Amino acid sequence: MNDLRNAFPGPGLRRDTRPPPPDALWAPLLRVEDLSLSFDGVQALSQVSFEVKAGQVCSIIGPNGAGKSSLLNILSGLYRPDAGVVTFAGERLPRLAPGEGARRGLGRTFQNIALFGGMTVVDNVLTGAALSARASFLENAFRLGRARREEQAHLARVAEILAFLGLEAHAQTRVSQLPYGLQKRVELARALAAEPRLLLLDEPMAGMTFAEKLEMSRFVVRANEELGVTVLLIEHDIGVVMDLSDQVVVLDYGRKIADGAPEQVRADPEVVRAYLGEAA
Amino acid sequence: MQFFLEVLIGGLLAGVMYAMVAIGFVLIYKASGVFNFAQGSMVLFAALTFVSIVERGAPFWLALAATAGAMVLLAVAVERLLLRPLVNRPPLSLFLATLGLSFVLEGAAQALFGAQVHALELGIPDRPFTVGGVLLSSFDLFAAGIAAALVAVLALLYGKTRIGIAVRAVADDPVAALAVGIRLPRVWRAVWIAAGMVGLVAGLLWGARVGVQFSLSLTVLKALPVLIIGGFSSIPGALLGGLVVGAGEKLAEVYVGSRLGSGIENWFPYVLALLFLLARPQGLLGEPRTERV
Repeated sequence: MNDLRNAFPGPGLRRDTRPPPPDALWAPLLRVEDLSLSFDGVQALSQVSFEVKAGQVCSIIGPNGAGKSSLLNILSGLYRPDAGVVTFAGERLPRLAPGEGARRGLGRTFQNIALFGGMTVVDNVLTGAALSARASFLENAFRLGRARREEQAHLARVAEILAFLGLEAHAQTRVSQLPYGLQKRVELARALAAEPRLLLLDEPMAGMTFAEKLEMSRFVVRANEELGVTVLLIEHDIGVVMDLSDQVVVLDYGRKIADGAPEQVRADPEVVRAYLGEAA
Repeated sequence: MQFFLEVLIGGLLAGVMYAMVAIGFVLIYKASGVFNFAQGSMVLFAALTFVSIVERGAPFWLALAATAGAMVLLAVAVERLLLRPLVNRPPLSLFLATLGLSFVLEGAAQALFGAQVHALELGIPDRPFTVGGVLLSSFDLFAAGIAAALVAVLALLYGKTRIGIAVRAVADDPVAALAVGIRLPRVWRAVWIAAGMVGLVAGLLWGARVGVQFSLSLTVLKALPVLIIGGFSSIPGALLGGLVVGAGEKLAEVYVGSRLGSGIENWFPYVLALLFLLARPQGLLGEPRTERV
């Protein structure tokens, strides 16, 4: 996937401006078909369909209550849809038990930071890396060969990720002592440590200053370009996502009203209306 | 002065024994917020199982391995039959479940091994000897060494091992831990196994000291002030609390006891714990509890 990524970088305002590859070359990593969900008669999602191609950054945007979070919660197994099918990596996704998504390669960050505040940055990121461990409890308890090797490998990978996200200086700091923007970055680091195939970012830039948003955007793009992670990002702020997305899906009142390249979506009259009101 | 030192050291070494029981509590409390009332029964159950196997003629190491195996099975059963059905229930429900578990364990121990007192010989001589004029017990020193080793092993496990990080993550925020893919049942099993092993060590040392009998399960009552003083969520705190209680009760007995009538040793730890609850409710090394409203 990494090689493909380098050979055919996606469109969008990237450093690399070579033309995008023909559609056939991108295998859809995630396919959502006719997804519907309602709560007590309120239609949160109605017949939403879209695809995310491997190696791309796809953003889902929409005003408050558009159904963005419901969609993400279905993908990570917290909600069960009333109708519709989610296919991930060619496999139909069943209802997932909590945590099952992470083990299947669906990494996730949360709108309200879900870090382990009392633990250091390194240890937080290690919880992500530990997912791939195979050594048994007894091997761990007695620190036998395989457990020790895995531990070394995890530490090396975590060090790499911390360097990648510029967090080395804070490695031994307790997460609760870090400012908000850095905590968000630690959460990204933890998600990346699990080596996800699809990274779900739930409003990674909510509550950030403009400078912090810019920095975070840069990290998301770098994770995508250099680590080859496919990203599905939810964002409230339409401006932020345009520069970093290959594809933008717009939801409004649970319906998909636009889906395409950023410039295409930006010009869509329906999107303008949803964001700015009828008068526009 | 020499006498004071003797009483102090004797008290500290006794405190180590209390700490061994308290550490078992801390392990489970940290990872699941459950106050495991059955820890004392686990101490008793381990000691009784071991001594019964030894009495049937098995060598020490075989009996130790078999008892350890029994404690692992117990932990697995507790996770399956007790914790899993009660997931997401308030801590009080879980506490009551462990209260029930303590009766089940004691009943099972009695049914399997009978109710008589067993002598337990670990082969460690309990000879008093003097260092610089201070009288010491070799058994107590041995127990202190074992406790130190136990704490060292636990610290290592809690450090950078995968299971240790998972346990700390669950203790920090169970929902977040679940979200990143940590398997809660595994973590629970792991801490109950660890608590079972700590119970086994405590049971053998206590059993060798006072005989394997049903009152062993009452060590749970002595662990309570230790936990309040040391802090419920800290292993070093449990050790420290044990030392404070051990030394405090012996010194109080010797120096204040004559004035208040003897037997002070029995209630002194609770008074000390009460004072701690008033002045420092989180204990010496526990994390202060802050709640945002």
